[in-house]
Parts: sequence; C-alpha cells; structure tokens
Amino acid sequence: MVDITITVNGAEHSLSVPDNTLLSDLLRDTLQLTGTHIGCDTSQCGSCTVELNGRAVKSCTLLAAQANDSSVTTIEGIGTPDDLHPMQAAFRENHALQCGFCTPGMIMTAISMINEASETLTADEIRAGLEGNYCRCTGYQNIVNAVLAAQTQLRSA
Amino acid sequence: MATNSGIGASVLRKEDARFITGTGRYTDDINLAGQVYCVFVRSPHARAIIKSVDISDAERADGVLAVFTGEDLRSDGIGDLPCGWLVKSKDGTDMVAPSHPAIATKFVNYVGDIYAMVVADSIEAAKNGAELVEADFEILKPVVDVATATTADQIHENVPNNQCYDWELGDSGATETAFANAAHVTSLDIVNNRLIPNAIEPRAALGSYDAASGNYTLYTTSQNPHLERLILAAFVNVAPEAKLHVISPDVGGGFGSKIFVYAEETAVIWATAKVGRPIKWTAERIESFQADAHGRDHVTHAELALSETGEFLGLQVRTIANMGAYLSTFASSVPTYLYGTLLSGQYKTPAIHVEVQSVFTNTAPVDAYRGAGRPEATYVVERLVETAARELGTDPAELRRKNFIQTSDFPYETPVALTYDTGDYEASLDRALSLADYSGFAQRRAASEAKGKRRGIGFSCYIEACGLAPSQVALSLGAGVGLFESAEVRVDVTGSVTVMTGTHSHGQGHETTFAQVVADKLGIPFENVTVVHGDTSKSDYGLGTYGSRSLVVGGSAIATATDKVITKAKKIAAHMLNSTAEQVSFEDGMFKIPDSNESLSFGEVAFSAYVPGNFPIDELEPGLSEKAFYDPANFTYPAGTHICEVEVDPDTGTTKVVSFVAVDDFGNVINPMIVEGQVHGGITQGIGQALLEHGVYDADGQLLTGSYMDYTMPRAEDVPEFIVDTTVTPCTHNPLGAKGCGEAGAIGATAAVMNAITDALSVKDIPMPATAETVWRATTGE
Repeated sequence: MVDITITVNGAEHSLSVPDNTLLSDLLRDTLQLTGTHIGCDTSQCGSCTVELNGRAVKSCTLLAAQANDSSVTTIEGIGTPDDLHPMQAAFRENHALQCGFCTPGMIMTAISMINEASETLTADEIRAGLEGNYCRCTGYQNIVNAVLAAQTQLRSA
Repeated sequence: MATNSGIGASVLRKEDARFITGTGRYTDDINLAGQVYCVFVRSPHARAIIKSVDISDAERADGVLAVFTGEDLRSDGIGDLPCGWLVKSKDGTDMVAPSHPAIATKFVNYVGDIYAMVVADSIEAAKNGAELVEADFEILKPVVDVATATTADQIHENVPNNQCYDWELGDSGATETAFANAAHVTSLDIVNNRLIPNAIEPRAALGSYDAASGNYTLYTTSQNPHLERLILAAFVNVAPEAKLHVISPDVGGGFGSKIFVYAEETAVIWATAKVGRPIKWTAERIESFQADAHGRDHVTHAELALSETGEFLGLQVRTIANMGAYLSTFASSVPTYLYGTLLSGQYKTPAIHVEVQSVFTNTAPVDAYRGAGRPEATYVVERLVETAARELGTDPAELRRKNFIQTSDFPYETPVALTYDTGDYEASLDRALSLADYSGFAQRRAASEAKGKRRGIGFSCYIEACGLAPSQVALSLGAGVGLFESAEVRVDVTGSVTVMTGTHSHGQGHETTFAQVVADKLGIPFENVTVVHGDTSKSDYGLGTYGSRSLVVGGSAIATATDKVITKAKKIAAHMLNSTAEQVSFEDGMFKIPDSNESLSFGEVAFSAYVPGNFPIDELEPGLSEKAFYDPANFTYPAGTHICEVEVDPDTGTTKVVSFVAVDDFGNVINPMIVEGQVHGGITQGIGQALLEHGVYDADGQLLTGSYMDYTMPRAEDVPEFIVDTTVTPCTHNPLGAKGCGEAGAIGATAAVMNAITDALSVKDIPMPATAETVWRATTGE
C-alpha cells in the first residue's frame, strides 16, 4: 500500500491505495468520478484523459502514486450543466458528441491543447492535437468545429 | 442554432447535458453493494481439443470465490447461444449451425474462445486465479483462409465442408441469357476486408440475483435489451422472461457489435445466482478485439454484362462469406438478406443472380457491423460499375445515370426480391456533381500531377434497405422474431409527456429526435417530453436499434401512439366544449370547434383526462396514455451519391482524401444536425475500411491486429472536412416519411474511396485497406 495526497477537482484526499493502483481506477473506483472513461487500457484511445497539474495526461497509464502531491482535474471539475465550461458548451452546440463515451477525454484534451498553444490554432493543428483521442462516432469534423468555437471564446476571455 | 424545436429543426441534444459533464451512466459506471468481479479464461489457440481443465489451484487462490467451466453451465441446463435467422441453401436444406456454448466444453475454436470463468472479490484476484486454470489442449490445425475453408479440415462435427449454407437469389437462367447477349462483360475479383467494430465503450455486464424473489437483473451494453432478455430466457434458459430484468443504460457506441447476445453476459447472469453476489465483467480492449463479433470478410467474384450502348443487362455474383467459428445472433442473415437483395443498387439491371456460400473458420464470429451486408453489396456493384465505365471509356457518372431507375419507375420491383417505394437518384447525383465541382476535376488532376502526385475521383451511388423489417417478410425469410416496434406515449396530469420506446440509442440522440416528433405533433414544448428506453421493465417490448430502424420503425410507433393520444384527447375536449369529437380540431396544441372562440390547450385536456369530471367515464376511460405497435409495410430505401477525391503520393504510397461529398436521400429529416453527424461518422468508418482497418489472422489463427497499435482506426487527421447535403423523396409507407440515416455513410463511402484510388493509380483493383505499403507496391510494381 502507498499513502498519497491528491487534490481532485479542488478537494484534497489523503488515501492509502495498493501500489499498483492506476490513476484512472483511483478516480473511477475510489473517488467514484466515473466521468473519466477507460476505453483501451493502453493509452491509445484517450477516453481516460484528465488534467494533471495543468497538463492533459492519460490516467490509465499513470499510477495513482505518481500523482501524489498533485492536482488533478477531471471532466466533473470543469463545469456543471448550469455553468458549463466553454469547451463543454461548444461540444454541445456543435454536435461534437454522439455516444458520449470519448467525450470527457476529448474535452480535457481540447482544453489543454488551447491552454498550451501560444497562438490561435488552425483546424489542421487541432486535428493534429487530437491525435491521441479516438472517436468512433462523429468523424471528428464537429469536434474540430467545437474546439475552434471554444478557442475563440477562451482566447477572448 | 434552431429557434424552433419541432420536426425539421436542428435542436441541440437533451442527452448531451450528462455526457459533457461526465454524468452519463454507462454499464461500467454502475456498482452494486457486495459486487464481485469475473475474468474469462480464453483460448490462446485457434483450434484445439480440450482434454481437461484443472481448476483446483485457481479455486484455492486468494480472493477467488468460484471457478466455472462449460460443464457447469451445461449440467445446469444452460443452452447454446442461438442464431436467430434460419437461411436455407439452394437445395432447400436448412443451414447447419454448430453448437455454440457460452463456455466451451470439448473444443475451443478461435483465439479468445472462453473455456473457464473465475469469480473473485477483486479484478486482480480474478486475474490471478485465471492464471492458475490449467487446461490440457490437443492443438489442431486451424482453418483460417475463408476462400479455401470448404476443402480444409472439418471444424465442427455436424458441419461438413465447414459450410453453413450455399444460398442463391435471382434468376440464374435469365442472367445466363443476359451474359450470352452481352456486348461487353466486366469482371472483378474483390475482397471485402474483415473489420473489428471497436465501439469505444468496451462491452460490459453486471448481473445480480435476488434469491427471495428469484429475480435476476442484468445491466449490459446492449443495443436491444428486450431481445437480450428474450434470448437469455427462451433459448439459453437462464431464467423465465418475467424474472429477468435487462437494463441497458447509456451505451458508448455499438455499430452492430452490441446487438448480439454474447457468452460473457450469459455466464455472468447465470453465475450471479450460483455465487450469491452481484458479478461484474468489463472487457479489456484486447477482449473487444478477440471476442466482439467482427464484420464484413467476403471474397467475391462478380461480373456485369452490358449492351453495346452501355445498358446493364445482367449481374452475376459469387461470394464466400466468413461466419467465423460459430454463428453469432444474426450472422446468417447478413450476407444473404442484407446483401444479395441489394445488388440491384440504383439500377435497372434486369437479370441478377447471386450465390453466397457461408463458411466457418477458426476466427472470431462475424456478424452485422454498420451497414451489415449493404456495404458489401454496394462495394460489389459500385466497383463493378466504375470499372465498366473505365473499360468502355465512358464517364462513370453518365454510365450510372443511363442505368438509373427513373422516378417514373417507382414502385420498382428489383430482380432480387425488393420493391423500392420511391427515390430520385439523378437528383442526388446532380447535386453531388455540383458540390464536388466535377467539371473542375481535370484541372485539379493536372495541378496534382504537376506536383508529382496522382489524383483520382471515385463515385458510389449506393442504396440500402432500412427499417428492419416487415415482420411477415422477416418471418417468411427465416427470422426468429417479428421486427415491429412498440411505443407508449404517457401524458402526465399536467400535460408533460413520457415516451417509452423499444429502440435504444447508443449515440443516435433518440431522446432528442423522438421528443421533437412528439412535441411537434402535440404542440407542446420540446422540454416537456422525456424519452425512456433501454429498460425491459419500462417499455413493453422492442427489437432495439440497428439497421437504421429506430426512427422509421420506432419513431413510426411513437407517431402512431401520439395520434391515438390526440384522438382520445379530442373526445375529452368535445365533452368539455359541448361538441362532438368529429367537430374538434387540434392544431398547435389547441383544441378548437368551428365558429367558436372557445378553445382548450393540450394541458387543460390532459388535466381533465385525469380529473374526469368533464366527461362520462362509462363512455371514455380516464387517463391519457396510449400504446402502439408499428409493423412496417416495407423496407425503406435511403440512397444517395458519394464522390471522393484522393491525392496519392507515388513516392510514399500515402493517400490523402482531399474531398468527400455525400448527398443522401433519407426522406423527411427530423433533426438535420443529428443526421449530418450520423453521415460524418459513417463516412469515417467507410474511409477507415478503405484506407486503414483490417482484422488479420495469421496462418495459425492468431489475431495479429489485437490492439490499437496494430488495428488502425481513423484519427482526426485521417479524414477531411466532409461536404454533406440531402435531397428528399419522402418514404411512402410510414407516418413520418423517413427512411433512416445511420448506416448510409459506411455503406456508400468505401466504394467511393476505392474507386478514387484505383482511378488515381490507373489500376483495376487493389486490396483494402489501401495502406501506404499497398499503394506504393501498386505504383511501383514491387
């Protein structure tokens, strides 16, 4: 067992977990934040993407212990139905999701992509930035449109 | 953003509120008190005799609660997993289906076939236990190659030549005559590559059992929870139907792969009563690759006979279809009733004959994957037509136009058993030619060539049969169930409405589209309509979501039930207005009588229905809730033209899809935003098949493409920005005039892409997927 202290969506947790606990399992099972999804277990699909100390990471490929003394933001931490993050709102307004399973990871990746970019991203750059996230439903076009729309809003904010 | 929320408006989706905030509820998100976990022990061999399975060490492992083998299920009366569609061979004999136990007893027949199940108090303990299950296998030579399966070793005791059936459709004599009279014959040998569906949500099951009542509850990732319950109850004998409650919560994509009743949920729901604890199983991605039903996998020889002037005279098709190791739930129908019947395409080909031999191999079962048979049919027809145009030196668009069924020909009876009700194929073609700037192609090609690239353009004028299915037709063709749909429209006392449907969304947005239909018909706010699905205790019955049937069959049931509500509400309103039901009109949510200013809102009448002081209850029951079962009169026939333009780099073999235009006729459209999204996603899967995706087994039957490292699905950079549009000829036989849109992209796109690549390379055919290596070899001849 390993003792960790982790801040998730602003709330600090001190926990003792088995050494081999993955961050994704800590979030889903221990903290019951089931918005973070596991699609492939091998960091290929990106459904498990969360923000760790401000950067998008695939939580299925990190041990919970590696997130000790860190701050994690999940899809549950960025907005609520009544107070959506601009990226969440843009996904809805642009029909950038269908089954919704990849969506939390897509949104977390997209937010990080915009935050990390020094300049306004083009549609092609956004497509390149989504390389770590699979969507099997949408064909990506509306996701790209959503990220473009949210980018405009986030950059003017 | 639409200001209106009725039929035809791009209303934003109700379901998104939970999906974008991480509060969706998928099967694996659900946990029950006392829950334990299971892991399935899967065969590492493609084909072997199970000489013995020793579970004693596994049973003693830490945390392990139980270990089960196939004998445990069999001795408890658990039956085989059935195939729901009986196909007859051309000699009149029934298809031959091998025994398909949920957990193998005597033989394992593909890599991933289950031979034991370990239940433990944690996933880790279950995995450790699984490591200790010792099986003694006698490894046999597997049958892997579909083309030679009939002459290979016999896999199943009761299946000679590994042949499931040898089916035919159409008039062989008339087709032979057509070929004898042909001025030109175009022939092609083509392979429709095996695909692995890969919904991003892996399959999962969570079963529980209440010993006091004998009730079972199964949460599972199903496109059709009622069918799941029916099969588990009536055929597999897990529990009586009334004792089995199946809930399919939010489902993270399916594309067909979650239609079927699989071994895993069967074993989970059975074992939960044995263990006395809720049991959860969630597939790891490698299990999705190994054990989800795969798609396509046809080997075909096809010939098209043409007249001197380019009229199609006859079509002859011979296909070998891979069923995999066992017959999955609908597997037998896919290469027959969903394939052979579509070979007329959009054309007036007078004579068609198709033969399909379905065979078993030591590979994962193959069943319906987005489009299911219709992409394979479109691929055959549209690759042939394009090739014929090239051989004749004719413009491929004009050769198609010359042979189109004309608007005046509808209803049009094809030589392969379907009657198309309506369509306007030239309208879609013309619109697509315009959007694709076809006349500017030569210039664009020259520009590409100036850069050392090769450019090609390809067409696909597809048709599909959707809205499965008229029950009488389905039953006469061997289906085990009628394919109607049910709906209940329950008006609340205050006039809000709850709609129960037997279809089940796995991304299609039914909660929105169906609410639009009901809100529009009742003239009430869209927000006041709630759609409930995915729970056998809530909807009467239903056949689920596949084959682009949900709106056209399920939506028609909802529209019919809504009409019944209006009919009854008019009777109540008549009493309230001192008039007769015949005199009462209903428009925009208001009941009115002629020559009167008096009117009643829908809400007022709903309230009266439940507070029955205004009408005689001996004539009219209180309440306002109506049910309908809608059985379609015919299939629906969405059709359209897809045009793809590619640029190939001959030095590297890489292909870039530079333009993709899709013009589809889906009949009346309820929510254009959702329909466009369906088309985008379908096209992407079609492009994936053409360029990237291939489920590959080696000669030993090992799955070489068992992870996302090896099986390539389209990522955002692999697809272009699509140009999509619709033309409309309303379906003539359902109340919404809708035809269905879920599969069209995947049906039309693949042939368009491959026609474009072969055009760019000036080759007759190259195998799918047209990877950089394949294309490079085709360009260099190496």
